[in-house]
Amino acid sequence: MPGLVLSRLGQAVIVLLIMSLVIYGLIGLMPGDPIDLMISADPNLTAADAQRLKALYGLDRPLYERWLRWLGKALSGDFGYSRLYASPVTEVLGPALVNTLKLLGASLLLSLAIAVPAGVVAALKPYSVRDYAINLAAFAGISIPVFWLALMLIIVFAVTLGVLPAGGTGTPGAGGSWEDLKYLVLPVATLALASVGGHIRFIRGALLEVLAQDYIRTARAKGASPGRVVLKHALRNALIPVVTILALEFGTLFSGALITETVFAYPGMGKLIFDAIMGNDFNLALIALLLATLVTLTGNLLADLAYAWLDPRISYR
Amino acid sequence: MKRTASPGQIALERFIRHRLAVAALVVLSILALLALAAPLIERALGVDAGAVDLFNRFQGPSAAHPLGTDELGRDLLLRLLYGGRVSLLVGIVGACAAALIGAILGLVAGYFGGLCDSILMRLTDGILALPLLPLLIVLAAVDLDKLGLPPTLLHSEAVSLYRIIAIVALFGWPTVARLVRGATLSLREREFVLAASAVGAGPLRIIRAHILPNVASPLIIATTLAVGNIILLESVLSFLGLGIQPPLPSWGNMLSNAQELIWSVPALAFYPGLLIFMTVMAFNFIGDGLQNALDPRAEPDSRRGKPYG
Repeated sequence: MPGLVLSRLGQAVIVLLIMSLVIYGLIGLMPGDPIDLMISADPNLTAADAQRLKALYGLDRPLYERWLRWLGKALSGDFGYSRLYASPVTEVLGPALVNTLKLLGASLLLSLAIAVPAGVVAALKPYSVRDYAINLAAFAGISIPVFWLALMLIIVFAVTLGVLPAGGTGTPGAGGSWEDLKYLVLPVATLALASVGGHIRFIRGALLEVLAQDYIRTARAKGASPGRVVLKHALRNALIPVVTILALEFGTLFSGALITETVFAYPGMGKLIFDAIMGNDFNLALIALLLATLVTLTGNLLADLAYAWLDPRISYR
Repeated sequence: MKRTASPGQIALERFIRHRLAVAALVVLSILALLALAAPLIERALGVDAGAVDLFNRFQGPSAAHPLGTDELGRDLLLRLLYGGRVSLLVGIVGACAAALIGAILGLVAGYFGGLCDSILMRLTDGILALPLLPLLIVLAAVDLDKLGLPPTLLHSEAVSLYRIIAIVALFGWPTVARLVRGATLSLREREFVLAASAVGAGPLRIIRAHILPNVASPLIIATTLAVGNIILLESVLSFLGLGIQPPLPSWGNMLSNAQELIWSVPALAFYPGLLIFMTVMAFNFIGDGLQNALDPRAEPDSRRGKPYG
């Protein structure tokens, strides 16, 4: 086990290094460059000035040299300034992280609160009408475009009924906790509805597999009640793959909530990454993307570890 | 001796038994036919799909405009149909390209093994572990002028179409490659492959005649499911303003205009999303149906847990 962790950590470091080089290169290929931005901000700059600025900031050097310089600074803890927020990158990331964690935590809980009972009900009587209906709903959840779902929820709850805000976060000091919570309801509902379909199908599949095992037949033969068989014997084992899927998903969702956050103007990591990319905020985009990669890699590692820990039959090499 | 049903017939029968998949196939065919017939419908209605008519913006349904008009007075139905052509094209071409790349790499890695296998597996591991959406956004935001591509390509209207297909194919192949590689790896050791190689068949012939037909089923299923995912990805990128560029319509970029008008004309946001939803769901159902039909292990009866009560 410690060997696995070490080798995976080593791999993660290599992936991060490669990613930082790739993203660094790609960002240079995006429209606009820092000197152009300076020229557009100051009409008195001449072409010679621009050339001198390029040399001053080392922008005339080859890509790998610039990347190495950036890497050296980043490793010493200097991530640079964010152009959009006019403050150090690290200070911008903090609040966004907290907001995204709130959003993801709440939507994950909501999704599981629906998916576990629905998956159990579907698996208890496979190929029944109930199972069919739940499956249909799950397929719908998997296929729905998240941004459209968000727009429809806005139309119903903000435009037509007018009971919930269409986006943003509460104004500081505007009222009690409900005032703040109101802004979370629609984004959380959107994310939960978007992921609940996959969760239902996963739980149903895992439970069906477990219910076909010999030890379930043994439990039934011993006279255990149907409820006890399912809840005590089957569900616990079926949830093992579910836990790992959640760890995997958390990594992807960390930046994948980008669409939901953008539609609802919710100031989390996803929206931060999107705004940074679109707003030529190179320092912020680079660090935020690397952070997202790091979280995804960590999620993958945790998924493997959880799998091995929850199911002792599995051993890695 | 009594003639038994061929594998193809068995698969067809199993597919037809999956009601939702059949229904999805019918819906999808109608949608695709309508999209293909868009120019004919355009002539029948007597409206130009691209014509801007600012005095007739936000019209309700009428005989000339069955679904009304959008924020520039263009016919909504025709834009939906033309957008459907784009979305379906991106989905199908993108999925096929990803399947082709993935299949070739997977077959090579699985059959020859060794160094090329481990390099490929590290590579797919790495790609699959990346945060997909933000990276796609970076790729979609890259300024093609800085890549030094030929200007004739850069300034054609369809450049956003080619770019999005390239991007989705680039990220779609690793899943297929892993799938094909896994299947190839186990097939390589089977007796019929050993026999073929013993009678002197070369690697190319073995791969083409013995391995490819056996990985075809999972490959077809994965490609079908990928079409739905790719249509979703395309619509997301177009919605964010990074995919298909107007005036070329796609369901995604129609929604991004509609979002700004959501307070005044909520109806505009409804139809494009509904069509994405229906199309993606149809591909998912068809994929599920194909899984039941082509992959015998997925047959309902063998997977069925013993129901009680």
